[in-house]
Amino acid sequence: MANINTNTRAQKMTFWERIYLPEIAKGLAATFKQALQPKMTRSYPEERFEPNGSYRGRPVLVLEESGERCVACGLCSRVCPALAIEVQAAETLTRDKERYPEKFEINMLRCIFCGFCEEVCPEEAIVMSKDYEMIYTNREDAILGKEKLLVPMAQLQDRLEYLRSHQYYEPSATA
Amino acid sequence: MDILMLFAIGLLKAAIVVFLVMLPGAVIAVYSERRLAAFIQMRLGPNRVGPFGLMQAFADVAKLIFKEDIVPAQANRFFHTLAPLIAVTTTAALFAVIPFADYVMIGDTRIDFTVAPNVNLAILYILAVSSVAVYAMTFAGWSSGSKYPMLGSLRSAAQMISYELTLGSSLIGIIMMTGSFNLNDIVHAQANLKWNIFYQPLGFLIFLVASFAETNRAPFDLVEAEPELVGGYHTEYTGMKFGLFMLVEFVHIIIAPCIIATLFLGGWQPPIPTFILNAIGIQEGSIIMALLQLGSFAAKVLFMMAFFIWVRWSLPRFRYDQLMNLGWKVMLPLSLINIIITAVVMFLLK
Repeated sequence: MANINTNTRAQKMTFWERIYLPEIAKGLAATFKQALQPKMTRSYPEERFEPNGSYRGRPVLVLEESGERCVACGLCSRVCPALAIEVQAAETLTRDKERYPEKFEINMLRCIFCGFCEEVCPEEAIVMSKDYEMIYTNREDAILGKEKLLVPMAQLQDRLEYLRSHQYYEPSATA
Repeated sequence: MDILMLFAIGLLKAAIVVFLVMLPGAVIAVYSERRLAAFIQMRLGPNRVGPFGLMQAFADVAKLIFKEDIVPAQANRFFHTLAPLIAVTTTAALFAVIPFADYVMIGDTRIDFTVAPNVNLAILYILAVSSVAVYAMTFAGWSSGSKYPMLGSLRSAAQMISYELTLGSSLIGIIMMTGSFNLNDIVHAQANLKWNIFYQPLGFLIFLVASFAETNRAPFDLVEAEPELVGGYHTEYTGMKFGLFMLVEFVHIIIAPCIIATLFLGGWQPPIPTFILNAIGIQEGSIIMALLQLGSFAAKVLFMMAFFIWVRWSLPRFRYDQLMNLGWKVMLPLSLINIIITAVVMFLLK
């Protein structure tokens, strides 16, 4: 209660600031200038946002010509902080790739787009895509199986290039 | 013309004004408020409904019509219903004396572009009717049986009473200069670009600020200060009753510019001196002249409306004590000084 009558900022005001009007004119000029600036929003369905490689959208599995990259090691499932990924491994008949995911599900209701799965993946098999339009009308639809997760490698070039140019660890010699 | 004919013409004019000025005006106000607000905030604003989002206001109304009409259990049902009706009626009644243009002669019949032409106390009528509007807010706030509307309506009552004095006394300069309370006379006196804004700049400024306060627009929108009072006096209203309050709010930013344009910006006088108009063959009473007058009045009103919106999205809200200080300690003395200056200048020039 001591300083209730000492509004120092009000006391420091000059005469012109005290009579408000020039300051009001300044404020109006500021908003007028603002109105002529380019707009920060866009007409969404017609004008879409095209993210670049650094964008972390819906996580997807990389599909090469020879098939999926994933070897079902389960590291993504292990690291996922939101417990969104479920992997079930099965054996293959070929020798160069012994395991493949029989079942690979990402629950998009749980996913927090942290990108840990991508970071931990030794095969660069799960990457974050540019897809940000995820619309589901029921909970079952939001659990994506392999058929929805596998995306051809050609569509993921931006992200793969970004990941290679931003690696924080030495790629293992044996990979 | 017998009295019945006059009555019929008056009724027809009233209907035309309500359906061709007030409601479209409110639609334009809603649209431009939202679009200009968006531009100032570097957004695009509503652009979905119809071309450029022009039908947005109709979509808003259609939504409100389908909403349930809730009267709170604590509310006084009669006054709760009465309040929006008073608000709409008083605001619509203000249009009765606004001269939208001079007159046209169709054959021998003279048709004035005013619902009630030549009311010789039109300024007093405007002040009187607009002060009745405070009842709408007080009733709405009190009858809702809730604390936020109550606070909002108390604020509105105090604010309107404080600024009504200033509103009235800032006009005395004009009345002294014109020697009439009649709005038609005031507009006629402003012919040839002798607009009152050039002769009464202080009066204009005071009237402008007071009309911001009177219409409860920002920066004086303490009545419905959203962060403090939820929605102010219409917190407990839903559906079309709320819609009526919203309509009134947007009609306010049509009617206040109408009054300002009439009193200070030359009303329907086109910004061209009369002798030029006569030289190019546009005579008083012709349809072209009337259209020119309507056009220039509309342009002035739309300009002032844009200014009202622009101010709203530029200035922060006043605090309640600042509002009262400004009203009683600054605006009222200034308006009295304005009267004295006008009187002295008029005396010296006589």
